[in-house]
Amino acid sequence: MGKGLSQSALFVVVFLACLVEAVEALTIVLAAGMARGWRSAFIGCLAGLLFLVVIVVAVGPAIASIPLDGLRLFIGGLLLIFGLQWLRKAVLRASGNKALHDEALVFKSTLAAARQANTESSGAVADWYGFTLAFKAVALEGLEVVFIAVTFGANQHNIPLAAAAASVAVVLVGIAGLALRAPLTRVPENLVKFVVGVLLAAFGLFWSAEGAGAHWPGGDAALLVIIPAVAVYAVLLVALFRSRSAVGTPRVGAPL
Amino acid sequence: MISRVGTFCRFWYDFIVGDDWRIATGVVAALGSTAVLARTTTLPVWWVVIVVVLILLPLSVRRAARNSMRQNRNAGNN
Repeated sequence: MGKGLSQSALFVVVFLACLVEAVEALTIVLAAGMARGWRSAFIGCLAGLLFLVVIVVAVGPAIASIPLDGLRLFIGGLLLIFGLQWLRKAVLRASGNKALHDEALVFKSTLAAARQANTESSGAVADWYGFTLAFKAVALEGLEVVFIAVTFGANQHNIPLAAAAASVAVVLVGIAGLALRAPLTRVPENLVKFVVGVLLAAFGLFWSAEGAGAHWPGGDAALLVIIPAVAVYAVLLVALFRSRSAVGTPRVGAPL
Repeated sequence: MISRVGTFCRFWYDFIVGDDWRIATGVVAALGSTAVLARTTTLPVWWVVIVVVLILLPLSVRRAARNSMRQNRNAGNN
């Protein structure tokens, strides 16, 4: 597997992961803005982004300084655990054993809750509830992306590319959100999460085993087998666990 | 103070380990076994983590699917 392909995979994984998390954060920020006023929601959003930048600046160089084998074992192991969590949820959703993520529903319920909350001001923030809602959405959704971007980027020795992929996704979602002033319900989030889960698990599996001392047949080219194999296995599990007593019937666009 | 530390630890536990601690435990055990085998034998050991993942994922999905079905059934009875 050439370096170009690894770098492309880095960009795609971080971009897709960031895309879905940004869409989720946007839904909450929009609800906060519409229900509580845009100023507090905007300040909360900026504070959340600042918090994430501080984490990248603090943690990124520390991770990049770990020796490669140790890095691949530690970070690869974390990525594998993280990827299996994403994949597990994606399989549960696609097989009808967990409700599909529905931005319209999240937006509606957050908006209703935000409209009922009391108003409290603090310093420059006119509405503390709106600020906190937007801050938490950006900080918590973004933390997963930061984790993926920093770990993936460190393994590929290209944190700037990971940061660029994340930035492109955030800017695109931000522009679309500003233009529409509505949650981005057309982004196939459940399918994207499935793909990200497959890629995280596959790369985590490859790097962690290599870091533990294993030598893959074919070297880096083994990834060209591992990625489709993980995808096929996940699809088979969806078919196996597809349940008649489903929480929600998988909609068009969901894997299987 | 103690409750804040507890909340902080719980957040990171939920963030990294997630809904099923067995996945994290299984991955750590698989990587430990791979490391030991790689240093003590000349056999190829790349398959160890694969086998563990092949077993862990369906077991975890099955457990969650059963819980979900049980909750649906209980909700239907109430």
